[in-house]
Amino acid sequence: MSDPAIRVEGLRKHYGPVRAVDGLDFSVRRGSTCALLGGNGAGKTTTIAMLLGVLLPSSGSIHILGEDILRHRYRVLPRMNFSSPYVDLPQRLTVWENLMVYGRLYQVPKLRRRLQELGELLDIAVFFQRRHRSLSAGQRTRVALAKALINEPEVLLLDEPTASLDPDTADRLRGVLRDYQRRTHATVLLASHNMSEVERLCDAVIMLKGGRIVATGAPHDLIRRYGRQDMEEVFLDIARGMESGEIRP
Amino acid sequence: MSGTLARVGAMVWRYLYILRSSWVRVLELAYWPTVQMILWGFISQFFMTQNNVLGQAAGLLVSGVLLWDVLFRAQLGFSVVFFEELHSRNLGHLFVSPLRPLELVAALMTISLIRTLIGVGTAAALAVVFYGVHLTDLGLALVAFFGSLMMMGWSVGLLVVALVLRHGVGAESIAWVAIFALAPVSGIYYPIDTLPDWLEPVAWALPSAYVFEGMRAVLLENTVRLDYLGYAVGLNLLYLGIGVVVFLATFRLARKLGLLLQSGE
Repeated sequence: MSDPAIRVEGLRKHYGPVRAVDGLDFSVRRGSTCALLGGNGAGKTTTIAMLLGVLLPSSGSIHILGEDILRHRYRVLPRMNFSSPYVDLPQRLTVWENLMVYGRLYQVPKLRRRLQELGELLDIAVFFQRRHRSLSAGQRTRVALAKALINEPEVLLLDEPTASLDPDTADRLRGVLRDYQRRTHATVLLASHNMSEVERLCDAVIMLKGGRIVATGAPHDLIRRYGRQDMEEVFLDIARGMESGEIRP
Repeated sequence: MSGTLARVGAMVWRYLYILRSSWVRVLELAYWPTVQMILWGFISQFFMTQNNVLGQAAGLLVSGVLLWDVLFRAQLGFSVVFFEELHSRNLGHLFVSPLRPLELVAALMTISLIRTLIGVGTAAALAVVFYGVHLTDLGLALVAFFGSLMMMGWSVGLLVVALVLRHGVGAESIAWVAIFALAPVSGIYYPIDTLPDWLEPVAWALPSAYVFEGMRAVLLENTVRLDYLGYAVGLNLLYLGIGVVVFLATFRLARKLGLLLQSGE
């Protein structure tokens, strides 16, 4: 069995007395799609920030694609990418200019052709020449995803990838992600509050609460273990305090 | 190495795109240096009628004001362009890309140089038209003065950027005023020995003091003071090193505190 794409051991992030992340141990299999779930303040965004190396943990280790991200992040960053509705792109640049800048940063070969491909794939070519600030929230999300796919990353970290999208666009975007993952065998770790999205896209789920892992498994396993109809209900059980020991038969 | 150049180039393009998108921004670069030059040009013309030292070197004040603007624009060009990343909440994307902090610094230095050349270059060209003052009368020393002031501007810019990275955009007004604290002790318009004795050591600890004394030596005595240039370069290397160390330490602190993903207005 090959090394996991992501391996996290004893990960902690404390801000004084606040324990944002409190001892995470998990791994994500190469070529799989894994969801990081939890209520607000559960530690999802903090965990993703540490996986990306933009937030230093208080203790613990993170290995991505076999590299220690805390010591050798520049070896692995060219093989990763990231998208979040909470991190924006420069407002005054056009969509094309923004993607050109990031394509150059990732040294994408045949960059113009790559941008045309992404333009068609995500249906953003029609507003390539518009400034980022003039885009709707949904258009921005698609551009952010184009930026995240620009270097064909082996590991893709997505924070609420379909937030602010209408159901039709969200569904198409999930299709794009699923096709990309199947074609490239990339590893995807996504934080989401959309449980139907998790059921459709993800092979595995990591549930966080108070900075700790409270449940892991495949979505259908968790639904069965919690005796529920879908992930939405499982999420509510966990968010409202039912631990695995309280699982209904 | 080619990777580094590609990433620095990508960031320089990013900042050129901003400049290209707005002629008002380009005009703004040249506006203040030109206004300053015109103001000091008239002051010079008035003083020259008073038979003082300015009569011996007509371009003394105008050259001083133009070189001072090199220092100011170098620092401002470095700092303000970095603030663009904060305002657009783009730091998170930048630093999860392969871009390294020192590559960003190199890109900021490059765009600061371009912005300074546009701003001060325009004012210097107009000084020839309005007053017949040629900054090129400083000869090859001009290149050394220009380079020295750019380096000093970057050093101050690095410290300002570190401060804003740590404390947020609320601290960015510092960028507009920081350099002016050094103006009185830089000897732009008067020799350093004009200062009180206790303040002179402070002045001589600044590269700008050697540049402006060197400028006067060229214009009044036709002498290039290589010793001044040597001190200026040495001090600049020291301050640039300190600036880089402070910036990198602040960057690490920002990673520890989670500031890179939270930056913004």
